[in-house]
Amino acid sequence: MSDPTDLTLPQTLHGLRVGEFTSLELTQSYLERIQRLEPHLHAFITVASDQALAQARIADQRLNAYRHGAKTPLPALTGLPMAVKDVLCVAGMRCTSGSRILENFIPPFNATVVERLLAAGVIILGKTNTDEFAMGSSTENSAYGETHNPWDLEHVPGGSSGGSAAAVAARLAPAALGTDTGGSVRQPASFCGVTGIKPTYGRVSRYGLVAYGSSLDVVGVLGRSVADIAPLYQVIAGHDPLDATTMDIPVEGPFGSAAAPSAGASLKRLRLGVPKEYFIQGIQPAVEAAVRQAIQTFQTELHVDVIPISLPHTAYALPVYYLIAPAEASANLARFDGIRYGPRLPADVLEDVYRRTRGQKFGAEVKRRIMLGTYALSAGYYDAYYAQAQKVRTLIRRDFEQAFEQVDLIAAPVAPTTAFRIGEHGDDPLAMYLEDVFTLPANLAGVPGLAFPVGFDPQGLPIGMQLMGRHFQERLLFQAAHAYQQITTWHQSVPVL
Amino acid sequence: MVIRTLLQAACYNPSMAELTPQDVDHIADLARLELTPAEKDLYRQQLSAVLDYAARLQALDTTGIPPTSSVLPPRTVLRADEPGQCLTPQELEKNAPDWEAGQFRVPPVLD
Repeated sequence: MSDPTDLTLPQTLHGLRVGEFTSLELTQSYLERIQRLEPHLHAFITVASDQALAQARIADQRLNAYRHGAKTPLPALTGLPMAVKDVLCVAGMRCTSGSRILENFIPPFNATVVERLLAAGVIILGKTNTDEFAMGSSTENSAYGETHNPWDLEHVPGGSSGGSAAAVAARLAPAALGTDTGGSVRQPASFCGVTGIKPTYGRVSRYGLVAYGSSLDVVGVLGRSVADIAPLYQVIAGHDPLDATTMDIPVEGPFGSAAAPSAGASLKRLRLGVPKEYFIQGIQPAVEAAVRQAIQTFQTELHVDVIPISLPHTAYALPVYYLIAPAEASANLARFDGIRYGPRLPADVLEDVYRRTRGQKFGAEVKRRIMLGTYALSAGYYDAYYAQAQKVRTLIRRDFEQAFEQVDLIAAPVAPTTAFRIGEHGDDPLAMYLEDVFTLPANLAGVPGLAFPVGFDPQGLPIGMQLMGRHFQERLLFQAAHAYQQITTWHQSVPVL
Repeated sequence: MVIRTLLQAACYNPSMAELTPQDVDHIADLARLELTPAEKDLYRQQLSAVLDYAARLQALDTTGIPPTSSVLPPRTVLRADEPGQCLTPQELEKNAPDWEAGQFRVPPVLD
């Protein structure tokens, strides 16, 4: 039997249904890869082998019953293993958010997205590594050690969903959940050569997601291709009464590559905007070249109309984000106080329990952002910093609204560089923040973004491109990137491990 | 290298907004964070640099621009006034650092 971990998601689901291999065999194959490669990659904080195998056996019972003509319909993803970023709650499985302040926290409930995937038949392999509380662009801020990029172990996988991206790239899992607050699905997808969707804000439930920046956080999916992630997006997306920020807008019908007409015809006359502010001096030359080449491919092979556009307030996205996100984080992280869950550092007086527990159990980047946010919201500074940032956020949103009157999609690089070396930005938080320049605007505007591989740099590190679209137009992003992936092979490259 | 070029392009001037040690003490107090002297000094420098960069927003004229607190259209989301399922005391106890007789035990509020 050929290695089932090499199969695409649709092939995997088909193989399970017809009995080519069992879910147990499939799950064991992934767990063996995890066991072999984890010492080099450290993509996981928790590997749930026993639970995964138990779930696989149950899945096999259901698959057998289905093959023998059982009447109950088989959930669409029965027997499919997946990894989940360790900021999303899985009942009974430790959830750390990459932090020591949750080192022993065991959620008593499932996040809605997890609940929906379990109901669809998914098996959870474990929880992937993340920058602490999703604050970071390299996964170096995890309190559980850094994750290594499968394409070059001395380089970062990106962040904060670096564990999920590395797991997918190294084929430790067919797909993984991630979250994107300032680029944390798209940038690691780009750095690891995989495909990642950041849905529209309000499209996917955040119930059970450990909150970082509540007006920015979005749950997303990483996988080997658009065809692999679209079915998972389909399952998790949609209104949730437990999350009042989800919109009651129907999720588009199933994305089916078999049903779609030929790639060229479906994208003809689509208007693709290329924003000049994303092609500034200072981008790594190989990144710019690969992204421009991909845009060229869209134009000449897929007959898309390429239109130069301007998003004039792009340069302000970074200071806006690094005021709003920390401000929201300072409120969201106030709950971590050593009282109801997590470790507690003892003290004689209640307030000192808070100060000591938080002071010693939060990492440096988290404390930095809490302080930044606290300052920006404090009396005397609120208007100059936070309120001003909210107003500039409106200007950034309007840039996108105006652009989408002229174009249907926007193409841009995901990051100014390919994956940098571990430790490269060690002393300089601001330099690290600048890695996010191209991803932040989509979070501030709430628009969806899809990252997918478009090449490699001379050192063999992956380069990604992103497409951004109108609110709730994920289907168009999937269609366009899928068409590109049908005529290119970047997404099929696998690192040698 | 790339990031330094981007920093320069962003007109980064490190000598401007400086937090004082008193500012840092005040923020740490508001945030209920106990910091070592070394941490206070490091964060003072790092936060000053970030705030200085963020201050460039003040140069933008935002007269008449409404603030965005959410990218969603303004709306009120209600639910039926029916009780749902709550976590049980048994479930809460499992994660509690210090639990006694169905309650979280804590030190005195005041000295």
